Amino acid sequence: MVKAVDGISFSLEAGETFGLVGESGCGKTTTCHSIVHLLPPSARIVSGRIELAGEDLVSKSQREMQKVRGRQIATILQDPMASLDPLFSIYNQVAEPAYYHQALRGSKLRHRVKELLAAVRIPSPEARMKEYPHQMSGGMRQRIVGAVAQAGGPKIIIADEPTTNLDVTIQLQYLNLLKDLQRASGVALIFVTHNLGIVAKMCDKVAVMYAGKIVEMQPVRGLFYHPRHPYTRALLDSIPKLGTKEPLYGIPGQPPDLADLPTGCSFHPRCQHASDRCRNQEPCEQSIGNGGTARCWLASEEFARE
Amino acid sequence: MSEPLLEVRDLKKHFPVASLLFGKVRGWVKAVDGISFTINAGETLGLVGESGCGKTTTSKLILAAEEPTAGAIEFEGRNIVDLTDRDLMDYRRKVQVVFQDPYSSLSPRMRIGEIIGEPIQTHERVSLGEVRTRVGELLELVGLRPDMARLFPHEFSGGQRQRLAIARALSTNARLIVLDEPVSALDVSIRAHIIGLLEEIQARLGVSYLFIAHDLAAIAHISQQIAVMYLGKLVEVTDSLELCANPLHPYTKALFAASLPSHPDEEMKEIVLSGEVPSALNPPSGCRFHPRCPFVMPRCSKREPDLVEVSPGHKVACYLY
Amino acid sequence: MATITRRMPLIIGVSQAVRRSSDVAREAPFIPLLVLTLLVFFAIFAPVIAPHSALDPVKPTREQCLAKYGMAACPYVDNVPPFWAHEGSVRTPLGTDFLGRDVLSRLMYGARISLVVALTGTLVAGVIGTLLGVLAGYLGRWWDQIIMRITDAWLTMPSLVFAILLSSVRGPGLWNIVVILALVFWSRYARVARGEVLTIRERDFVKLAEINGVRKLRIIFRHIVPNVINSVMVVFSLQVGVAVIIEASLSFLGVGVPPPEPSWGLMMAQERESLMEGKWWLAVFPGICITMLVLSANMLGDWLRVRLDPQLRNR
Repeated sequence: MVKAVDGISFSLEAGETFGLVGESGCGKTTTCHSIVHLLPPSARIVSGRIELAGEDLVSKSQREMQKVRGRQIATILQDPMASLDPLFSIYNQVAEPAYYHQALRGSKLRHRVKELLAAVRIPSPEARMKEYPHQMSGGMRQRIVGAVAQAGGPKIIIADEPTTNLDVTIQLQYLNLLKDLQRASGVALIFVTHNLGIVAKMCDKVAVMYAGKIVEMQPVRGLFYHPRHPYTRALLDSIPKLGTKEPLYGIPGQPPDLADLPTGCSFHPRCQHASDRCRNQEPCEQSIGNGGTARCWLASEEFARE
Repeated sequence: MSEPLLEVRDLKKHFPVASLLFGKVRGWVKAVDGISFTINAGETLGLVGESGCGKTTTSKLILAAEEPTAGAIEFEGRNIVDLTDRDLMDYRRKVQVVFQDPYSSLSPRMRIGEIIGEPIQTHERVSLGEVRTRVGELLELVGLRPDMARLFPHEFSGGQRQRLAIARALSTNARLIVLDEPVSALDVSIRAHIIGLLEEIQARLGVSYLFIAHDLAAIAHISQQIAVMYLGKLVEVTDSLELCANPLHPYTKALFAASLPSHPDEEMKEIVLSGEVPSALNPPSGCRFHPRCPFVMPRCSKREPDLVEVSPGHKVACYLY
Repeated sequence: MATITRRMPLIIGVSQAVRRSSDVAREAPFIPLLVLTLLVFFAIFAPVIAPHSALDPVKPTREQCLAKYGMAACPYVDNVPPFWAHEGSVRTPLGTDFLGRDVLSRLMYGARISLVVALTGTLVAGVIGTLLGVLAGYLGRWWDQIIMRITDAWLTMPSLVFAILLSSVRGPGLWNIVVILALVFWSRYARVARGEVLTIRERDFVKLAEINGVRKLRIIFRHIVPNVINSVMVVFSLQVGVAVIIEASLSFLGVGVPPPEPSWGLMMAQERESLMEGKWWLAVFPGICITMLVLSANMLGDWLRVRLDPQLRNR
């Protein structure tokens, strides 16, 4: 039994952008999959609740979840070629959620698809609708995935590393697009990424995950200017900053094997400040003013950096 | 300053596009269309550009995996196109490569010792014992243990595999290593380790790097010189700190604008480029960047600007200067 | 729109069955493995553990001769049923055939034939086919064209008919069968190997070796072949069953292993009429042996295919 996600809690407000940050294997993708009940057969939600507008999602059956996916929660994944079906036209794919969840038909449906494509800034949407995914570039495909996500009129969009495969300038276009979409429709965004730069640009609130737990959660400025967990600090220090050749500090060691976690705090073998307490006792979530939390025995001791 | 190790002059690589039925050549994909740069001994040249700019083709040309359509690549004074068997093997010994994907660059069914030792065995006549000793030294150089030589690649993490790839590249005392997006596939905290390792090795062994990537910050950190590439041409070449302080070409400025802030309140100049990268089959007339350039002028579409030195050590190809 | 707020106030613990590649392996299917091990055991140790010779008739007891022929002694007692039947004897637990030979011993020696022929034949086919496939895939261009066109043509021929044709040319005999099997089946390996090679050839570690100037021969044997072995092994294990059946069929039809060798297929052929005369044990036991061998080989091959595939994807 491997605890891929071990006791995480967070809340999301309407129109908010929530960043879920962590490196590979930390559990951020598993968290997203569990929200929409798309876990692989070998995984189960063992305990906890996921409340969407007062309704608990964990107890819903797959059939009930079909009404939630697309209608209330939509996803944008990393690889647009994997999200789009190569055999169906763009029109077909963008129309599908609108057809099922909004019950639009005929000319109303066509109009809605054109609207959605225009909202994601696809030039000449009428012509593009008839085309197929392989005829478009990576950036355009990802925008179409965005249109598909919007088509059902969801309240929440989960974006799992949507720009990792895109060029830098295209990424900027795309992130700006997401922000505009959000402002226009009031949708809440959960942004999963390992890139702190994206977080700095896009997010209102951030949670940092490590070995299946949230080790720090703060409003974005608090995280960047006063990080409280050593892992967060180390992540911030390891990123090269443009224009200086200051030495970079990687985090020693490797992320832990989830099947074989260290005792006490999962981060202690790689932490410069580990104490005996850290080695033996798993830290609980400590609240740190501004509504944030940190899982670290040293968080409460004014460990903020200047 | 050190002497030039690699000099590339007006390098071109055009791929023919044949029509389906009769095999007649319809047109040419001008993947690399006249680039020139120099890499000095013991230094790093960063080559930055987005997909389709021709940086991968450039790396293949330098590795002698493709033959140039025109232009010269001079290594230690000799044009590599003229090299014959023996000298070519010597060139391959001195110029090595590290690829992007740590999971497919190591042969899955060979032990690490054999993988790292293969270049040595290919190029030199040494005993197995000597190979083993050198492999052990190389492993230590990249921060791993010599006894790991008997393990298989799948027993290592992504970051460790890149270290192994670097060890292999160094096994024949190469003078130039081409690094093609070596850290893009790694976790953020591991990238710092690898970049640091590369810098340390350069300081110790005096090896030169051609560092190809799209992450400006990483490139700026490790490189002494940076060349910005767009659609087969170099648009700006200069010292890396100078580039960060004073980017001149509009595309370079856009790249900087597109790199993400390092904290939420950082003021980023918003230069959002319109449209997509055009195809190399039919590049725009005149300056290739002009259709997307926020500062475009009428003369930009007429003739291509040359790469000229506008201040000491800083070259730009743009009519603004 | 007061209901937009979404909260996850409590804890989510998600557990997963451990997903590491070393644990993906389901246990090897026990029964097929057991059956195969037993058959191999019999095949190897037949001379030691078989109760009687496979070629000479069992020396009958006085009682048997008296009961059967009313004589005090006789050279052999034929068609003795299995030991649980009336007239059966524990000395010949599975009975004797029309020449008085012990069925059990013949089955054990027959295991040798089936396994040797099937394994060797499939192995030779595998080596030839894989090599040709690798050459076609890696060297490409006209190597590829020539080898693959031959392979395609070869594959169109129905295996049994082809085998019969070949055997009428070469004549019966154990090693002839091995050659025939190799000739009939190599093309399947070539196809699979070539497909794998086309993928492997594009992977970084091969390109790297090429850039480094490593000799082609070394690239083929150190980098490509070891990575093709997985898929080839799967074909191999599935082909073993087919080879057994082909050998049995050939022997059944009289163009395979010649008598008096105890090939299972031959045993079944010789006792066809006996089946209708009620001497069921003479044809059924060899049939059961063939079935068990083929089923086990197939099940093992199937398991191997599933086990090896997801692992490759797991890196």
